[in-house]
Amino acid sequence: MSPHAPATDPVPATESTGPALAADPVPPPARSIDHSGVRVTGLRRAFDGRVVLDDVELTIAPGEFVSLLGASGSGKSTLLRAVGGLDPGVDGRIEVPERTAIVFQEHRLLPWERVWRNVTLGVGGGDLRRRAVAALAEVGLEGRADAWPGTLSGGESQRVALARALVRTPQLLLLDEPFGALDALTRLTAQALVEDLWAEHRPSVLLVTHDVEEALLLSDRALLLANGRIAAEFTVDIPRPRPLDHPRLVELRTELLAGLGVHGPARRGADRATEETATPRSATPPRENHR
Amino acid sequence: MSTEVSGREVVEAEAKPAAPAPQRPQDASPPRRPAPPRRRRGRRLGPGRPIPFAWGIGPLLLLAIWSVGSAAGWIDERNLSAPWDVVSTAVELIEDGRLQDHLWASTERALSGLAFGVAAGLVLALVAGLSRLGEGVIDGPVQIKRSIPSLALIPLLILWFGIGESMKVITITLGVLVPVYIHTHNGLRGIDSRYVELAETLRLSRWGFLRHVVLPGALPGFLLGLRFAVTSAWLSLVVVEQVNATSGIGYMMELARTYGQTDVILVGLVVYGLLGLLSDGLVRLAQRKALSWRRTLAD
Repeated sequence: MSPHAPATDPVPATESTGPALAADPVPPPARSIDHSGVRVTGLRRAFDGRVVLDDVELTIAPGEFVSLLGASGSGKSTLLRAVGGLDPGVDGRIEVPERTAIVFQEHRLLPWERVWRNVTLGVGGGDLRRRAVAALAEVGLEGRADAWPGTLSGGESQRVALARALVRTPQLLLLDEPFGALDALTRLTAQALVEDLWAEHRPSVLLVTHDVEEALLLSDRALLLANGRIAAEFTVDIPRPRPLDHPRLVELRTELLAGLGVHGPARRGADRATEETATPRSATPPRENHR
Repeated sequence: MSTEVSGREVVEAEAKPAAPAPQRPQDASPPRRPAPPRRRRGRRLGPGRPIPFAWGIGPLLLLAIWSVGSAAGWIDERNLSAPWDVVSTAVELIEDGRLQDHLWASTERALSGLAFGVAAGLVLALVAGLSRLGEGVIDGPVQIKRSIPSLALIPLLILWFGIGESMKVITITLGVLVPVYIHTHNGLRGIDSRYVELAETLRLSRWGFLRHVVLPGALPGFLLGLRFAVTSAWLSLVVVEQVNATSGIGYMMELARTYGQTDVILVGLVVYGLLGLLSDGLVRLAQRKALSWRRTLAD
């Protein structure tokens, strides 16, 4: 589909194929999706008179994975923060499910609490330790439950932050450039992990990113934010797992980059952040000399 | 067990040669850092290896200089008694029980002043740190109090509370309150606002926020304030005990001054010094226990 596709057909039939890079194929989601997704209308936000978001409409179906792309300062994070209820200064109507979790660009683990305590922070009920370890096991870190956050690597910390979101069984998962601070290699495993977890638990996901390929690999739909509005919308109708050299993906990538102001098909070494991970990465190890 | 783990790691390493952190171990695996080589103690630009009992080096050096000076006759007996004279005087004072009585009187004063002052400083810092109104009401007066030495308040306190115990304890309390307040408040204000935002997204209750974010976040500041407070408590003690006291180490020294007993004065000084050293050591120990999550330059 092309830009400006209708927003009413968000869940392509192809998405139940199973996550990319997963060793064992995950069966189609059996979980019933009974929450109502996200519906945002007439969202407006200005900072000191400078309008950042202007009458934004956004709908995310239950269980849908939506990416939000845009140039630096286009208001991606502002929109995510508004959806997450972190911005008291927005106008407009925002409907979100009851259980919402946010993963920020920085892990925001409390350094004075053990890893598992961080995971269950604010969670009520008993059996917290078991639930924390179960969530940590999902991100492959059950062995670090008793570690101090200061002893974790950047990738591990971000996975703990994911576990902290998971333990709340969110209906909506908001990811604010969660891989932005990770190195290129760690980012790949983290992306695959997020896709696995999404396939397993089926929350609605809103992923803010500046990485076009990340958006195309993970999401059902990619939105382009420009001039305070959703300027374009791309439905990613590619079966999962998605190889980066899939012709449709390459096509979408060119379109998205054009939407972001980068013209010409996949220029190597272009001076855009969106060009960062421009090599195929599903089959071969990614190039190691980046950064 | 360990062979199993390393076997899996090999398999994973083959499957994903580039992945630095294998992302899904299939089952509960034990901590799987493969026995890292013993970490080098200290770092190149750090302060160096920890020396056992390093804190004792300076005092012992001073003691050595003093002993040599006295033995060689460079130090006049009337100005500064020899260390061994001080020791024998101390033994005498302990034998007839005077030192213990004075020490107990002093400790009681210092501890009660410290307890009141720490509690008050902590409560004021929390109120000022958690609400703008509280800050407006409390911060100004405490900052004004900070610029007035508590010892300068003694004349006024004597007029208000007489020359009894309450005046002495209140003087110590006022001296202790300020550093505890300043450093705890500073610690509170220094808590990263992103943690506050996190607490909101996690829907922490007011109490949960206080317990998991505010108090641990302010703890390093509080403990630093406590170290200053302990020192300040002993300092105030010295002064109040030389004003109209009938007991305490300070009184004992003041009395010795009128009789020209340098050795008794020195015993008092040594006791004050030991008390200060001991209490600072205790606070530092508490600090190390409470802040074990921190990785600092010195660790």
